[in-house]
Amino acid sequence: MELNNEKQEYTITVYTENQVGLLNRIAIIFSRRKINVESLNTSPSEIAGIHRFTIVIHESREVVIKLVRQIEKQVEVLKAYFNTNDEIVWQELALYKVLSEEITERVKVERLLREFGARAIAIRKDFIVFETTGHREETNKLMQALEPFGLVEFVRSARVAIIKESSGFHERLKQFEKQEPSEEVNENEYLGKREKIFTM
Amino acid sequence: METIIEKTPTTTTLTGSQAVLEACIAEGADTIFGYPGGAIMPIYDALYDYNDRLKHILVRHEQGGIHAGQGYARTSGKVGVVFATSGPGATNLVTGLADAMIDSTPLVCITGQVFAHLLGTDAFQETDIINITMPVTKWNYQITDATEIPTVLAKAFYLARSGRPGPVLIDISKNAQIQSFDYEGYAPCHHIRSYRPAPVIRKNFIDEAVALINNAKKPLVIFGQGVILGQAEKEFKKFIEKSGMPAAWTILGLSALPSDHPQNVGMLGMHGNYGPNVLTNECDVLIAVGMRFDDRVTGRLDKYAKQAKVIHLDIDPSEIDKNVKATVGVWGDCKETLPLLTLGIEQKDRSEWLKVFADYTQKEYDQCIKDEIYPTTDEMTMGEVIRIVNEITEGNAVMVTDVGQHQMVTCRYAKFNQTRSNITSGGLGTMGFGLPAAIGAKFGALDRTVIAVIGDGGIQMTIQELGTIMQTGVDVKILILNNQFLGMVRQWQQLFNDKRYSFVDIASPDYVMVAKAYGIEGAKVEHRKDLANALKTMIQHKGSYLLEVMVGKENNVFPMVPQGCSVSEIRLK
Repeated sequence: MELNNEKQEYTITVYTENQVGLLNRIAIIFSRRKINVESLNTSPSEIAGIHRFTIVIHESREVVIKLVRQIEKQVEVLKAYFNTNDEIVWQELALYKVLSEEITERVKVERLLREFGARAIAIRKDFIVFETTGHREETNKLMQALEPFGLVEFVRSARVAIIKESSGFHERLKQFEKQEPSEEVNENEYLGKREKIFTM
Repeated sequence: METIIEKTPTTTTLTGSQAVLEACIAEGADTIFGYPGGAIMPIYDALYDYNDRLKHILVRHEQGGIHAGQGYARTSGKVGVVFATSGPGATNLVTGLADAMIDSTPLVCITGQVFAHLLGTDAFQETDIINITMPVTKWNYQITDATEIPTVLAKAFYLARSGRPGPVLIDISKNAQIQSFDYEGYAPCHHIRSYRPAPVIRKNFIDEAVALINNAKKPLVIFGQGVILGQAEKEFKKFIEKSGMPAAWTILGLSALPSDHPQNVGMLGMHGNYGPNVLTNECDVLIAVGMRFDDRVTGRLDKYAKQAKVIHLDIDPSEIDKNVKATVGVWGDCKETLPLLTLGIEQKDRSEWLKVFADYTQKEYDQCIKDEIYPTTDEMTMGEVIRIVNEITEGNAVMVTDVGQHQMVTCRYAKFNQTRSNITSGGLGTMGFGLPAAIGAKFGALDRTVIAVIGDGGIQMTIQELGTIMQTGVDVKILILNNQFLGMVRQWQQLFNDKRYSFVDIASPDYVMVAKAYGIEGAKVEHRKDLANALKTMIQHKGSYLLEVMVGKENNVFPMVPQGCSVSEIRLK
């Protein structure tokens, strides 16, 4: 059995209303406890008007459960889930800017593109911008490969993740909109199903 | 989405300011505590015409205003409403917001804000109060368009009072206060889709909890303010009476159960009673009702009730398992969950188990309480003052306390017959809370005697509110227990810092003269022979009265669970 106090990577998915300041309310839940957010992404969700936060932290399960409850306590938060890496499919996107002169002279660009699954998204006389998507290790590899040739700029996006077992939020939202919701939406999942947190 | 609309047939034109006041009236907020200023002037201008429908109490400092709002909310059970201007007016609310947040007090604070077009320009008296107050409000929102006012205020009042109550701050830019708009009437809010204040109660948790209680040999009930906030005092009493269980309270749960109830076994925590602390580590089932296992209650967590199965009733799911792992978490409003438990539990006589508590009480009385409430020394003690107050009020007064030794002594020894009678700053421990909170408490319970017990440190933090008493003529009895020290810090310095009394020696003005300057009568007592009469004079006096009692300089509050120790390591001396 998984130990509750062992730290590992968790991805927290939060469905929220679209409200100014909510990002801050969620962020201070982490900063108040001096917990570093590894990555944070906000985006639309499968439902128009509902936002989806994807937050990655490195923490113990026990701490993550408490954080998720504090997040859910925020008025504009509909629901928050947390998952370990084996429960999600995720990607990050990275951009790399290199000098054209340097790279075309010293590297076989086409090999680079093939090996790392990269794309050239801007090619100019003075610089080229490559793009890769993948897990952190994958995007890191290209960075390492390019470093000897003068990597001018590098940037990586936050993680976006899909929960494997999720069937989306549509049905849940209908429940939330009712004044007298069913037990299913009203349950305290962490009490009822401590072993299996994801219950959608 | 279904909404309940209670519209008036025709629309009228109102300004944003008028809409704010209409919302207060519709929500039954008859008393507002506030202080005007530039950015909230349009609301105050409108208030001029609402004087017949809304009572506004002009305080002397916004912190005083919000603590008064808290006192009002705590005695009346209604939402406290506070007005303040932008900038310093708004930032002066922060301590009160933090206090109301941690003590779950329902408040709606309205702050003025600079014109919307000036936001972010460092305009005069502009401050980012929304972001400043984010961690200390249940919800906050900035309005820059008057048409939003009715719905946002409806939401504010609903959020403040529903579920686990808390403070809400609404920041309204000056242009929105001035703006006229078509007002369609006030529609109270009953539902926000992303907000679940009242969970469906799950039968399996009730059944599990009932089974645990029925099999328990030594159950102990510990209760907090949730019983009061849920208006579940009757339900709670029935619950403990049916199964004969001893019940101990947190400082905010105090007065939910009458002091003389035979199953009331006293106070939990750092300065709580001997029995409930020690026996927390001996009970077999611990039933926590509407309390949050604060560290001042639990002492050292890894040695807290480890032998017991824990049943935790709370309306806030984030409290369950937060500090103490629950065997069964009963998520819900205790007004609803307690009767369900009562239905299932067996009638039991637990007089033998109660006798164990009585034995501890006797031990504590002999070694600790007796000398505190019937001292044999020349110096007066805080405990004897409170004992005499009890004898005069017969437990019918509202006791408001500040923070420190006098607070612990009052909570330990004051007697209460009815609920909502103990008003104190529990979670935040805000010195300066007492005097303004007592003013608000009186406005929230006009037919009751309100006694503010305050130390010589705390009174000097918000002493300006004597001006509010002077101007409103509100009847508050101010009882200063003066030990010429910041007593609680001095006690810790004595016990844990080798008596290195670092900056706890605080001087006091002549409080009686200060009171006189504000037109408040008062007296000072330095000898025991004058004490009882002086207290009687104070309590029977028509109108406010200040009584200063000089108590022993270096008396300590005992019992005590030293910080970092287990509750069973409680010291009697």
